[in-house]
Amino acid sequence: MGVHTHDFAYTDGERPVSQAVREALAPRFSVVPAARSRTLRRTWLDTFDWRLRRAGLTLEYVTGRGPAQLVLCGTAGERITAVANGTRWPALAEGLPGGPLRDRLQGLTSVRALLPAAKAASRVAQFRLCNADAKTVAWLTVDCLHPSRPGATGLPARLSLTAVRGYRGQTDRIARCLAAQPGVFPTTLPPLDAVLATAGQAPGGYTNKVDVDLSAAMPARMALAAVLLRLLDTLEANVAGTIRDIDTEFLHDLRVSVRRTRTALKLGAGLLPEGLAGEYRPAFKWLGDLTTPTRDLDVHLLTFAAGAAGLTSASPADLEPFHHYLAERRAAEQRRLARALRSARFTTLTKAWRGALTGLTPPRRGPDAAHAAARIIGDAHRRILTRGGAISAGSPPEKLHDLRKRCKELRYALEFFASLHDPASHRRAVRELKGLQDCLGTYQDCQVQLAEIREAAADLLAIGVPATALLAMGDLAAHVGERERRARSEFSGRFAAFASREARADFAVLAAGAGA
Amino acid sequence: MKIVATYNIKGGVGKTAAAVNLSHLAARDGLRVLLADLDPQAAASYLFRVRPRVKGGGTALIRGGAGLDRAVKGTDFAGLDLLPADFTFRNLDLILDATKKPAQRLARLLRPLTTSYDVVFIDCPPGISLLSEAVLHAADLVLAPVIPTTLSLRTLDQLTEFIRGLDGHKPAVLAFCSMTDRRKRLHKEITQRLPAEREDVAAAAIPALSVVEQMAVQRSPVTAFAPRSAAARAYAALWDEVRARLF
Repeated sequence: MGVHTHDFAYTDGERPVSQAVREALAPRFSVVPAARSRTLRRTWLDTFDWRLRRAGLTLEYVTGRGPAQLVLCGTAGERITAVANGTRWPALAEGLPGGPLRDRLQGLTSVRALLPAAKAASRVAQFRLCNADAKTVAWLTVDCLHPSRPGATGLPARLSLTAVRGYRGQTDRIARCLAAQPGVFPTTLPPLDAVLATAGQAPGGYTNKVDVDLSAAMPARMALAAVLLRLLDTLEANVAGTIRDIDTEFLHDLRVSVRRTRTALKLGAGLLPEGLAGEYRPAFKWLGDLTTPTRDLDVHLLTFAAGAAGLTSASPADLEPFHHYLAERRAAEQRRLARALRSARFTTLTKAWRGALTGLTPPRRGPDAAHAAARIIGDAHRRILTRGGAISAGSPPEKLHDLRKRCKELRYALEFFASLHDPASHRRAVRELKGLQDCLGTYQDCQVQLAEIREAAADLLAIGVPATALLAMGDLAAHVGERERRARSEFSGRFAAFASREARADFAVLAAGAGA
Repeated sequence: MKIVATYNIKGGVGKTAAAVNLSHLAARDGLRVLLADLDPQAAASYLFRVRPRVKGGGTALIRGGAGLDRAVKGTDFAGLDLLPADFTFRNLDLILDATKKPAQRLARLLRPLTTSYDVVFIDCPPGISLLSEAVLHAADLVLAPVIPTTLSLRTLDQLTEFIRGLDGHKPAVLAFCSMTDRRKRLHKEITQRLPAEREDVAAAAIPALSVVEQMAVQRSPVTAFAPRSAAARAYAALWDEVRARLF
């Protein structure tokens, strides 16, 4: 049975809230203090991309008298608490004390860190609302929130009325009495949203999706400019998190934004004023190349535990020197990346790029968004069919790597122009492409990892690590090699599915739809 | 979910006081607790200030479906719900008798509560009846208050004998000395001797103190309104033993 609640804001500065409640409920219900009021410090936590919010959950870190507590609440009445003394934020869920709360959070947040979304001081008082039998029929919590931000003013007191099971009718009667009082207004705004609103913010603001709303008839140049501006927003939103190294997804999203930008500049060069794409393509290549070493090492480290668990002739502990080696290299690459992101070259690039994009005007003549999208997607699709069809069992790995890049270009093009397409056709096309991309991605990742293992083995041998570590790395390489071979052998089947008559028809519908 | 029945063939031995205080202590320990007041005298319902009324009465309850879920009320204590008594519960024997497999009926009714509660306490009316047989079939543990007198001990033997004779599931039994008067030599002697001699008797004993009677005035468990009293401490010691046997 779900929890039955009513929430109100109290804005009457004349009467204390407890007096207003007593006057509203007398003589039918009595108001009994349940505990002494207390001041709490509340920190709302979520991942940068609001994974908890999207799952309908709110996580709070509450400190005050007694041990610090983590409280996870769901809209359907779910509530899990855990003691979490001394936790410093940001933190990964895997670093929290073990128990049901950590298990629940780990499944949702995965590799993303929990970081403070908002902070407030909270003065909380709780009352029992009793009927004529002196039986508690509802609980009333009065919460006076004060955002922890210089210059912030306190929010109106929040009255949360929760029915005791079996007393919903009486609680609804109490709610009606409260709502009739001057200065009492029903509210549906959750406390986190109210605190964020005082700073002009809203929860759930970030997504790494290219969610631009294009219209078919708009000039293609302006559509491309809107896409590029959105990508620049995402890129910039992830800079601070990448520099602070909060979690690996900041760099991932930053890197994807750069790649998408490079693809847009390549496929849509002709839509932009002459010379603009040519001017910025080398700059974004520099930025992309800068992110490669750290991201490759991230991928290796994120899959390390799974790889170590699959060893057949060695123990996962034998791989410790290799893990240490990767972690040290990653730390060095991360420092290099952070330096570059703090550099004048980077800030000048993003500032100039934004200036160039915002200064764009529609051309006097040129295609509309729908026709440009159809051409770009059609060309990218044809390129894959041609190059993929030329790959045989004896083709070198570079051919597959090149095809992977072409697949990414098509995927990004589909994302850029998604708002112009029928959602069902778009989903089908992405699904067909994704099967091929996954296979090529696994093949490429395995190749990168094998190269890293070989390079690390040479380095570690030179510094005299135990032979067991090298043997374990050999075992690991054998498993990675097996995965690579499997991906390579799956390629022809995946490509055949992508190049099938049905799949081609789906892409044809998409191109026709966008161009219509 | 564990089911604990406070039960004795004899009446007035402290069954309801034990059910009320132990369910409060269990909820205070963070367990999700339901106290089912099956005694038509409705003393447990009274102590929690819940009106003894179930829509549709015993018939609706025993029929099953949403009736049980709708009848449950929250108490003033977090994590502790109550299934109130109803005057029609005096006919539960007859209502049960009209169902198929009446002895298993209660166990089947309580099964859907597994995801909602960690412990269900059942406060039973005294006597041996079809209802008590159904309760014994459903329970994991029968908690039997025993006044430390020779006649009461004889009743405890009758109870264990009765349980031994049940078909199918047989609950564990834990008796405890109740309403003990330390001024009485026999009480003192039996309270000390019994736990040492019998594994099915708890070491904790509940004294006959006026604070226990005050529950009816305060309409609250003694563990809530007088948590430092000797009676509350005795119930806490008993709960420790019950908990150790349950989990």
